[in-house]
Amino acid sequence: MRRALNLAREEPGLIIGLVILGGLAALSAMAPLLVDVSLAEIGAARPRRPPGAQHWLGTDGQGRDVLASLLVATPRTLFIGLLAGLIGLGLGGALGLVAGWFRGAADAVIRTVADVFMTIPAIAVLVLVGTSVRSMSVALMALVVAGLSWMAPARAVRAQVLSLRERPWIDVARLNGQSGVAIVAREILPNLAPYLAASFVVAVSTAILATVGLEALGLGPQNELTLGMMIYWAQYGGAILRGMWWWWAPPVLALIAIFVALFLISTGMDRLVNVRLRAAS
Amino acid sequence: MWAYVANRIGLAAVVVLIALSVNFAIPRIMPGDPVEQQLAAISAAGGQTGDMAEAAKALRQRFQLDRPIWEQYLGYLWNVARADLGVSVANYPQRVSEIVLSGLPWTVGLLGLSTLISFGLGTLTGALMAWPSAPRALRLLALPLVLVSAIPYFVIGLVLLALLGIVWPILPVAGGYPFGQVMNADLPTALGVLKHGILPALSIVLASLGAWALAMRGMVVSVLGEDYMMLAEAKGLTERRIFLAYGVRNALLPQFTQLALKLGALVSGAILVEVIFAYPGIGYKLYVAIGQKDVFVVQGIVLLLSLSIAAAMLILDLFYPLIDPRVAARSS
Repeated sequence: MRRALNLAREEPGLIIGLVILGGLAALSAMAPLLVDVSLAEIGAARPRRPPGAQHWLGTDGQGRDVLASLLVATPRTLFIGLLAGLIGLGLGGALGLVAGWFRGAADAVIRTVADVFMTIPAIAVLVLVGTSVRSMSVALMALVVAGLSWMAPARAVRAQVLSLRERPWIDVARLNGQSGVAIVAREILPNLAPYLAASFVVAVSTAILATVGLEALGLGPQNELTLGMMIYWAQYGGAILRGMWWWWAPPVLALIAIFVALFLISTGMDRLVNVRLRAAS
Repeated sequence: MWAYVANRIGLAAVVVLIALSVNFAIPRIMPGDPVEQQLAAISAAGGQTGDMAEAAKALRQRFQLDRPIWEQYLGYLWNVARADLGVSVANYPQRVSEIVLSGLPWTVGLLGLSTLISFGLGTLTGALMAWPSAPRALRLLALPLVLVSAIPYFVIGLVLLALLGIVWPILPVAGGYPFGQVMNADLPTALGVLKHGILPALSIVLASLGAWALAMRGMVVSVLGEDYMMLAEAKGLTERRIFLAYGVRNALLPQFTQLALKLGALVSGAILVEVIFAYPGIGYKLYVAIGQKDVFVVQGIVLLLSLSIAAAMLILDLFYPLIDPRVAARSS
């Protein structure tokens, strides 16, 4: 408890970010209790109604209740981000570990591939895949986005492993006769944890950014509602030009909240990790 | 020095080849036969198709899909080398290269200008934020700037569009020039184009300014502790001179590295901003082509994006030794 309070005093941004994300997640988890979720279906209500007693945030051009849509879409967008972030982190972390631990040829190959992937704009590959598949789904989108978000974690982990493997306690473990796998699992991985956590947040944020961009171009899942798709439909239906703020503003605000929260968490964690670094050296 | 140049050009060549291969491969790896899809779409639209098998064969021959894969690949590379990207399906028989090129000046103008502004302004703001004798008010700017830069470009575009285009309508909300305007090389045209560019450019600048400022602030803070800063002060140089020639100059190098790394993100962001404002650059053309399922235009634009980013990174890489001679020395 005291540690948590200390943390809050040192890194208020981290706590604020976690509270925002937690609040959004909790709200969407309680969605079935708060609203009638079926109102998020097309044609469930009269279209283009301004906010009122019946529909707190009005309805969109296709007759969806905006509040219900929002509560259905937010967890999906977060889910895509988390899934893609996890896969990207897993893949990138593993590659970074291999590159940093074995060095030599494996390192050269992985580093070059990561460099090349970083040069090719993610949106180009995403658009190609998006136009080539018959229908996009939430899971497929997460998978594709994950395939393009492993480079940053790979680089971060590789750099860290390179520095960790030269530490004295690794030599001790080696002299004790521990196998390479055991050293990586017992000595390296635990020390990587804070970096993995920091990379994870960045990966999630990149993944959500990529999916939302894909959705804004009209390549998102047509049958599943996400925040990006809500904005796409609003843009498609001319919500802004027609002054229907209740249609486009809620998903935009939700997205802004998500991105600001992720940013606060990531900078807060970065500072925590670096403090630990400074204390260690 | 030359080893460095050769190394960079080699890497750029690899990137270009991979971009081309990805462009070639992805539509072919994905499940579903494009020919059958096309025929299904035609017959679903009530078009006359006649003998389906015959039509499929003709289509395959027309797009050379009946040849072995390596022959298709070489043919594709050859076509790209001749700048032949095929013809638009939706606006037949307009050439893809024509469509792409018509959008290019808009995108280059918008993205180039706004990146220049945000890079310059952001770098200067960031340097001043770290400078001890700069106005305190500047430091208060840090938080809002940085928070705004966490938001995606096009979301900022949406908010600006609503605020400055609808709620307080002082700026045009869509298009790249006044509706119905004949494009001449005169002042009214130029003003119209400029006015239509303000909102999209503002979105890009606002979205990217904070990141430049933040990175620069960090660099200047670390430069401040260097011995040569104290020496410059001891020599009695003017504050302005110390700031620009000793502080900013030495902190600037990583900013250029960042510029090269962020090009991809910048371009992706600008594409979506164009979509929001219906700005006639290649981003909006991409959006329209996706909506019309105009596969060859989509592929052409995607290819152009990859190639221009590779070219821009190469140029930055080649410029880098001029700013920092150590780079070339280290790699050779």
